Amino acid sequence: MVEPVSGRRPPGRFLGELRQSVHLQPVLVPICSILLALLVAAVVILLVGGNPLEAYWALLRGMFGSADRINASLGRSTPFIGAALAVAFAYRAGLFNIGAEGQVLIGATATAWIGTFSALAGAPGIVVIPLILLAGALGGAAWGWIPGVLKAKTGAHEVITTIMLNSIAVLFVRWMVSSQDPIVLRDPTASVPRTSTIPEAARLPEVIRTDPPLHFGFFIAVGLCVVVWFILGRTNLGFEVRTLGANPHAARYAGIAVGRTTILVMAISGAFAGLAGAAEISGTSGYLSPGAFAAIGFDAIAIALLARANPFGIILTSVLWGSMLSGAGLMQQDTGLSIDTVRIVQALVLLFVAADVIVRTVLRVRKPLGEDVLEATPVASTWGTPA
Amino acid sequence: MRRFQLGRRQTLGILFGLLGLFLVGYVAPNLEAADKGITLEPPPDPVRIDLDPANAVLAIGIVFVLVALATFFEHRSPRIAKGALIVGSMLFIPLVIILSLSLSELRDTNVMQLLIESLRLSTPIALGAMAGLWCERAGVVNIGIEGMLLASAGTAFVTYAVVGDANSTSALWLAVFVAIATGGLIGLLHALLCVTHRVDQIISGVVINLLALGLTGFLRSEVLVDTGIATGVATGDIGLPLLSDIPIVGPQLFTNKPIFFAMLVVVAVTNLVLFRTRFGLRVRAVGEHPHAAETLGVDPIRMRYRAVVVGGLIAGLGGAWFSLESQAGFQDNMTNGTGFIALAALIFGKWRPLTVFAGAILFGFTRALGSRLQLLGVTIGDFEIPSEFLQALPYVVTIIVVAGAMGRAVAPAADGIPYERSR
Repeated sequence: MVEPVSGRRPPGRFLGELRQSVHLQPVLVPICSILLALLVAAVVILLVGGNPLEAYWALLRGMFGSADRINASLGRSTPFIGAALAVAFAYRAGLFNIGAEGQVLIGATATAWIGTFSALAGAPGIVVIPLILLAGALGGAAWGWIPGVLKAKTGAHEVITTIMLNSIAVLFVRWMVSSQDPIVLRDPTASVPRTSTIPEAARLPEVIRTDPPLHFGFFIAVGLCVVVWFILGRTNLGFEVRTLGANPHAARYAGIAVGRTTILVMAISGAFAGLAGAAEISGTSGYLSPGAFAAIGFDAIAIALLARANPFGIILTSVLWGSMLSGAGLMQQDTGLSIDTVRIVQALVLLFVAADVIVRTVLRVRKPLGEDVLEATPVASTWGTPA
Repeated sequence: MRRFQLGRRQTLGILFGLLGLFLVGYVAPNLEAADKGITLEPPPDPVRIDLDPANAVLAIGIVFVLVALATFFEHRSPRIAKGALIVGSMLFIPLVIILSLSLSELRDTNVMQLLIESLRLSTPIALGAMAGLWCERAGVVNIGIEGMLLASAGTAFVTYAVVGDANSTSALWLAVFVAIATGGLIGLLHALLCVTHRVDQIISGVVINLLALGLTGFLRSEVLVDTGIATGVATGDIGLPLLSDIPIVGPQLFTNKPIFFAMLVVVAVTNLVLFRTRFGLRVRAVGEHPHAAETLGVDPIRMRYRAVVVGGLIAGLGGAWFSLESQAGFQDNMTNGTGFIALAALIFGKWRPLTVFAGAILFGFTRALGSRLQLLGVTIGDFEIPSEFLQALPYVVTIIVVAGAMGRAVAPAADGIPYERSR
């Protein structure tokens, strides 16, 4: 059905060569998905009587128009990197972690809890910051560990369990943060439900003060991407993860402890998400409110898919995602179009990335031979009968 | 055949027995003998049944112990054990009501209203779950139910507001129609993505959820705000002829809103069509073994398209409940996870319409009880039971169910696997 790419090439036009290039395809398809999404969204903007060119220009200026705006964009992107990394890492092992939202929330809660611990009130930053980040990572890891164990021991599909755990986390955190009797984490002096602010020593240093600030968490997140790249490509665990993702039966046959690896991967994945939540509490807001981090799980999935689960791709796509959200404010101010316009663009991007058949038809390119991360792991196929 | 076995039912039975002994030995003697009662009608002058909480709890506890004993006679007759467990499970609802009443300050509470409120709140859950049932019975996983509900809730109210003259009933019906059509269209998109293009069905569901969130937000801020109509008149009560004349039940249950009645019809028709018609058999065949179905001349692709679109239409009706029946208005993300509760009910009910409906009612009950508890102010010691715990119950139960603790939940065999024609 699919013919070898090297065997037959279309007549040697430059563009044709470019299109069929195996190395360029992983980049070309997402870029074209973005362009196509912008095009479709432009039609929507025209329909409500807006000017798409003006809107996109304002959006672009909002994203990268000045040094301050670039910094704010990077600041806005920070939590997405960790959350998307959680999705991508599990994805490489053939696990679809929809639970990033819950893991981020539990991580953030653990951070807010440890951060406001009275015993730590006077401690210096060098002690407190690693401690609360660790708390966040552990909180997220615990919340990721549960679906891992359930999958390994009982075969319960991780998509179902993580969806349920998301809702449980939202309700649990809402109760902890808003309950007045008994007071769990709520700041008794605040008029709206939220936790107390963590002390100044526990705040991640800001690199540049913008809104939202570009804090040190961004570099931690980028560092995490490098770590994941290293784990996946250079360690035994990475090899096991990739084998599991490619073919769980083969992995079991090759002597990989599938259950143990599943649990480990889900816990690590949750730790990434938890760390994202921790960095956000420590770097940006300083406290946790009940509605925080809504929809971050979907964003994380979209980013991870857009980056084709590649850790370095995640840095780029997260920055794109975050800066679009951060730049939307200026677009709204200048053109009166709602911020939700950006949400439509983002959903369309995901649509075209998922249905890359559409993009490939437009581009007239064939699917490359060899492994494609998104093809290798048919997540839904184990829904009914566990692998 | 072994005479004595310690299987799943016996394990559950032991749990019931322990709970029963706890109720008889500890809870019942420690309940204050207060003048409590349950009412069946709203005031004024309701029918009131006096109730002694201690005795009631004692009775339920004894039944639980009997249930435990019955499960050990499974080798005599499996039906006794099964029936006992069902009776025991159903007793949880009165138990929870009696316990929460006796732990609160109030003298009586309207039980009938609570039960009907449960049914009413189960409307969107049941419709969403039926939507998922149609898709998954045909072998297409649908985690985009939430998005389908939200999108159709959005288009429904926007239609209602844009048509203007928002008080007319015809605008209301047009809006319901648009909601159903929206659901169908999204179903079509889902089918196009994962039946034709074989995109991973879970990814397609995520796309639908994200798209719905963005589009409805955009619709609200760009179209709805301009119309200046924030609220309207929700669907009115309809009294069913004859049935609404029954005392007590009639005015409360059979005088109700149209989408609620439509939900009951949808559940009944789904059960009938899926299990009693040729079309239903084909849908199920395609979900279990599409290749075998194709050998017998059934086109799996076409059947999956039909089933997913039917599911979408049903979800569309469920969406209309949010913005036209429960209230007339639209807020961002107003479905607030109901689609995922519907998914939970679908798994809880093990992909069978009537049990799924029972699951939807149970989850509706936890929602109704959640808001009632805040009213009652139920306390154990000094600890007031937060409504969040009750709201989380459906999710916890679902995890327990998929983990196999209540008997394995088995999805249709081909659920989630894209179909490729064999040549």
